[in-house]
Amino acid sequence: MRVPCPFCGERDAGEFTCLGDASVPRPDASSPDALARFVEAVYMRDNPAGRYEELWYHGAGCRGWLRVARDTRTHEIHGVAFFGEPEA
Amino acid sequence: MRYSLLSLVRQAFRGHRGWAPAWRDPEPRPQYDVIVIGGGGHGLATAYYLAKNHGITRVAVLEKSYIGSGNAGRNTTIIRSNYLLPGNEPFYEHSMKLWEGLEQDLNYNAMVSQRGVLNLFHADAQRDAAARRGNAMRMHGVDAELLDENAVRRMAPFLDFDNARFPIRGGLLQPRGGTARHDAVVWGYARAADSLGVDIIQNCEVTGFVRQAGRVVGVETSRGEIRAPKIGMAVAGNTSRVASMAGLRLPIERHVLQAFVSEAIKPLIPGVITFGAGHFYISQSDKGSLVFGGDLDGYNSYAQRGNLAAVEHVLEEGMAILPMIGRVRLLRSWGGIMDMSMDGSPIIDHTPVEGLYLDAGWCYGGFKATPASGWCFAHLLAKDEPHEVARAYRLDRFERGHLIDEKGQGATPNLH
Repeated sequence: MRVPCPFCGERDAGEFTCLGDASVPRPDASSPDALARFVEAVYMRDNPAGRYEELWYHGAGCRGWLRVARDTRTHEIHGVAFFGEPEA
Repeated sequence: MRYSLLSLVRQAFRGHRGWAPAWRDPEPRPQYDVIVIGGGGHGLATAYYLAKNHGITRVAVLEKSYIGSGNAGRNTTIIRSNYLLPGNEPFYEHSMKLWEGLEQDLNYNAMVSQRGVLNLFHADAQRDAAARRGNAMRMHGVDAELLDENAVRRMAPFLDFDNARFPIRGGLLQPRGGTARHDAVVWGYARAADSLGVDIIQNCEVTGFVRQAGRVVGVETSRGEIRAPKIGMAVAGNTSRVASMAGLRLPIERHVLQAFVSEAIKPLIPGVITFGAGHFYISQSDKGSLVFGGDLDGYNSYAQRGNLAAVEHVLEEGMAILPMIGRVRLLRSWGGIMDMSMDGSPIIDHTPVEGLYLDAGWCYGGFKATPASGWCFAHLLAKDEPHEVARAYRLDRFERGHLIDEKGQGATPNLH
C-alpha cells in the first residue's frame, strides 16, 4: 500500500502510522450527557467494510497528520488531505 | 464410528474404503432451540458444549462458507495460559485444561503438543515484568518458570544471545503451553457436535435478523428463514458486520494480522519462542516448517491480506533473535482478520437486543481460547448467566471502566 501524502508525494505505507477513525469529534465535556458521549467516542466504532475516514501520521516524512479516505476491503485510497484542511 | 487403533487397522485391511463422513450435511430445519452463527472453532465448540454439558441438542451452526475457513485456519496454532490479569488468567487456564483432555473427549487427534512457550526478555526491567507475570500465573495455579540466560542457552542454543541491541538475558517459560493442529480442532469439534445431534449447516450466510416485539427470534439466511429463541454470534472478524444487522454498534475494529511459514527443515525449535523487544513468535510444525508471526499491519482491513511494511518488520524481528532464519526460504504468508476489541480482551455476554448473544473481540487470542470460549458461551446461552471464569468479559465493561487491558495500551485496538 502506498499513501499519496499531499506534501511528500506517494510514499510507502511503512512510513506512516494509522491512528484510526477520523470521524469521531471530541465530545463537549460540559454537556449533561458527556459520559455517554465520551464512551461512544472513545470505544464504539462503525468499523465499516468499505470507505473509511482515518487519521494517518507521516512519521518518517513531513510529520503531518493526514485524513485518508480508504476502502477497507481493497486498501484502495480515494483521497488524502492534511487533517483540518479541505481535500485538494 | 469411534476412532481407535483397532478401527484404523481394520480399515487398512479394507483399503480405507469404509470410513464414514465425519459429520452430516443436513438441510436447515425451520426451528431450533439455539442457533450459533459462525462455524469456526468457537462456534463449533459452543455447539458441542451446549449438547454435551447442557443437553441442548436442537442446535444449528450456520457457516457462510465451509467450517474452519476463517481464522481457525489462519492462526499460528499456539496454545498457552500465561496471562497477568485476574480477569484473564482463570479463563485461559480453563482453556489450557480443556486442551489437555481435548483429544480423549472428542475422540479426535488434534495433535495437542505441550512443547513449552518461552517468552524471552532482554533487559532488567523486562525480567521484573516477567517475574511479576510468572508469580501472577503461579498464584492462579498455573505453571511458570523464570529462566536465566544459561537455562535458555541450554534449551535454545541457536538464539543470538549476544545481540548488540537486544541481548537475551533469560525467559519466562510455561512448560504446559505449546501448539495444536488448528484444522483438526475444528474437525474434531464438528464431528463430536454432529454425533450429539447438532446440525452443521455450511454455505449458509446470515443476511438479517427476524425481530418480533423488539427481540430477535430468528435469522434470515441464504438458505431461508431459521428461527430460534436464542441466537449466539461467534463470527470473530465479521462481528461488526453481523451485529449491525441487529442495529448494534460495538467496541471492535477489524484489523489484518499476517502469518508466515517457511520451507520444512530438520527439527530445530523445541517449543514456541517469543521475542521480548518486539512482537514476534515462532514455532516449528511437525512437518518441519517454521511458523511465525508478529504485529498487526495497524490499519482497519477486511481484505484478508496485508502489506509489505509489516512483512519486513516481522522478518527483521525474527533476524534479531534467530539470524539463521535468513538462510531459510519463506514458503508463504497470509492474512487473517482479527476482531480487535478496545482493551485487547474478548467479550462473552448478552447484547442489548433480547435473544441475541455475543462471543467476540478475540484479538490475537482466539485460537488458544477455543475450548473455553465454547464452554463459557454455551454456559451463557443455556443458563443466561456468565460462566464463573468469563465473568469479566462483559460488554458494558467499557462504560463502567472495568477494562481488561493486558498490554496497557488504552483504547487503541491496533496496538493490542
